[in-house]
Amino acid sequence: MMSADVSDRAVTAAASHEHESPFAGPDEAFEAAKQGMWIFLVTEVLMFGGLFVAYGIFRGLHADMFQEAHRYLAVSLGGTNTVVLILSSLTMALGVGATQRGQRDRALLFFGLTLLLASCFLLVKYFEYSHKFHEGLLPGGYFRNEHLKHPKAPLFFSLYFVMTGLHLVHVLVGMGLIAWLLKRTVARQFGPHYYTPVELVGFYWHFVDMVWIYLFPLLYLVG
Amino acid sequence: MEDNYLTHGKGLGSWLTTRDHKRIAVMYLFSVLTFFLLGGIFALLLRLELASPGKTIMNADTYNKVFTYHGAIMVFMVIIPAIPAVMGNFILPLMLGARDVAFPRLNLASYYIYLAGALVAASALFLRGADTGWTFYTPYSIRTNTTATIVLAGAFIMGFSSVLTGLNFIVSIHKLRAPGLSWSRLPLFLWSLYATSIIQVLATPVLAITLLLLIFERLFRTGIFDPALGGDPVLFQHFFWFYSHPAVYIMILPAMGVVSEVIPVFSRKPIFGYKAIAYSSFGIALVAFLVWGHHLFVSGQSELANFVFSLLTMLVAVPTGVKVFSWVATMYKGKIRLKTPMLYAFGFLQLFTIGGLTGVFLATLAINVHVTDTYFVVAHFHYVMVGGAIMSLMAGLHYWFPKFWGRMYPERSGRITFALLISGFNLTFFPQFILGSRGMPRRYWDYLPEFTVLNRVSTVGSWLLAAGFFYAAFYLYRAMRHGERAPANPWEANTLEWQTPSPPPHDNFPEIPVVTTWPYEYREKGFFPQGMVP
Ligand SMILES: [Cu+2]
Repeated sequence: MMSADVSDRAVTAAASHEHESPFAGPDEAFEAAKQGMWIFLVTEVLMFGGLFVAYGIFRGLHADMFQEAHRYLAVSLGGTNTVVLILSSLTMALGVGATQRGQRDRALLFFGLTLLLASCFLLVKYFEYSHKFHEGLLPGGYFRNEHLKHPKAPLFFSLYFVMTGLHLVHVLVGMGLIAWLLKRTVARQFGPHYYTPVELVGFYWHFVDMVWIYLFPLLYLVG
Repeated sequence: MEDNYLTHGKGLGSWLTTRDHKRIAVMYLFSVLTFFLLGGIFALLLRLELASPGKTIMNADTYNKVFTYHGAIMVFMVIIPAIPAVMGNFILPLMLGARDVAFPRLNLASYYIYLAGALVAASALFLRGADTGWTFYTPYSIRTNTTATIVLAGAFIMGFSSVLTGLNFIVSIHKLRAPGLSWSRLPLFLWSLYATSIIQVLATPVLAITLLLLIFERLFRTGIFDPALGGDPVLFQHFFWFYSHPAVYIMILPAMGVVSEVIPVFSRKPIFGYKAIAYSSFGIALVAFLVWGHHLFVSGQSELANFVFSLLTMLVAVPTGVKVFSWVATMYKGKIRLKTPMLYAFGFLQLFTIGGLTGVFLATLAINVHVTDTYFVVAHFHYVMVGGAIMSLMAGLHYWFPKFWGRMYPERSGRITFALLISGFNLTFFPQFILGSRGMPRRYWDYLPEFTVLNRVSTVGSWLLAAGFFYAAFYLYRAMRHGERAPANPWEANTLEWQTPSPPPHDNFPEIPVVTTWPYEYREKGFFPQGMVP
């Protein structure tokens, strides 16, 4: 059956070729996106949670080994990276605030700074990892270090590489997202009326920062 | 030509790039059915091999691979996505009175992630396969020289699809309810999908990290689960079951949701214990996270832990019992219409009750030690997963068939198939309870000659099941193309999906309905649809 009303709707829908937004308005869409992001971050917490549980169990079983092995991590480099990431969280927050107030140049500056700090993090991590490779401080079966004699020590470096490695992947994803924000900010796609992606990437970046804030003391300090 | 979601936009391209939840559901449906066929063929091969002791059609190594494929395909590619991603995707926005799920683009992405993961996992079939079982227990899964890494990677990828679907559903239920659709008016299918989504969101990431760690074991020799490198294989079991026990409820909770819709509609009575059924879903979801240790009773877990996990596992029977009694009470003195969906709801009740009660047997420590890793366990979880989830999938496929395709399925064929499936199922799996209680171990290629008769019965049952499913595929496909035209509300049901044409238009409702009542007003004097067009 084809009533006039139905065919009218068909024409308008086909002409726009866009699926109608399921939301009543932009505010509802924004709230929903935020809720979705929070749920996503919960899943991230649980994923890292598995690693933290593994860490806790092995530390409980081999506390002496953790004590010995953690001295082979460079606290100064890890500490530098902690400061770098906390600073990048600050610049990210400032960038989000600037977008919300419509200060486009300021937003560009802060997103740029965030990206720069993230690159610093990568650089430091690169030196750390290459040093570990050089010393043979490698995961499990590939462990080759002569000085660290504890038979369970390879496990510590398995955990170290898996935990910091997964975090590093998150940093890389975050950098990609911030670069995307930069591009869209240049194209003037955000402003006080629409900044959902900016806010969500902000959430994500703070989360990445927060994971590191747990990783640093657990691996570098208390061991 | 009328405008509905099937005719809106032409050509393959319009399907592959669609953001319409209904089309995405249809794409999921055909993908899931394809993998169901594949997993089913492997099941038939297994049963054929077991038709007599010793070698029948394949050698032991092939057998190990075939049961791994059967398990992995059925769990990750069929049952987990079947009801949430197929039925849920199609029905949830309609029941909410919404135009789509909250994040339509993400929904399409979920589908492609699922497909990519499934294809990656399936590609192992053409390489060196995998022979670890779907549980990937270490240390064997680290040592095997089959392509287990590929299957692990596929399951890892599919996990994201499951998480994103769950996330999408939770936000949709929170943010997209039609005006007047308060929580206490929410259909029970949506309550169960909500509880399912919570499990998907909370448990799947733990599986993801577990599979990732296992992949690292194989690629980088990390040793966390490898005793030879100082790691702990039992830790793998803890991690794995922390996801995979709740995963059982990802399979069964939505199935219970379908049954909760079908029973009141075909009993013409308000559902008994609406709140009890709704809350018990969350009871099950909560307890789901506290019982994983029942898979480790003989893995060297402490006696205290065994005791606690045994007790907690039995607790699952409480919310489950609440549901079963509520369904039965709903039917009591109802005017029961014995249509195919209702028959499948009966089938669900019979099989799921046996599956659930034998679950309580297995939770009992003394019995568990005796029957661990025997066919008793195999029979138990097939009663839950096939008897529960697949029966309910069949109920849903028939119940919502008119809504999906705008056509009716043939009632007589529906009933014949139900008879085939229920007898085939019991014939296949009931003997396995007996075999297990007599000590026939699972996963073995061979067995003692005294088990021959029961194994033969089971194999014959598997043919009946296959006949039923093939017949269903045949008549449902035909009905989809040429069936009698369906009215908007053939079952005289109250929920909102029945208050829009069959099949629904592209954006679901000509006007968003306003909800004025709960969905289960079925009375002597008639029924009272939930929504009104303003
Ligand atoms: Cu379990």
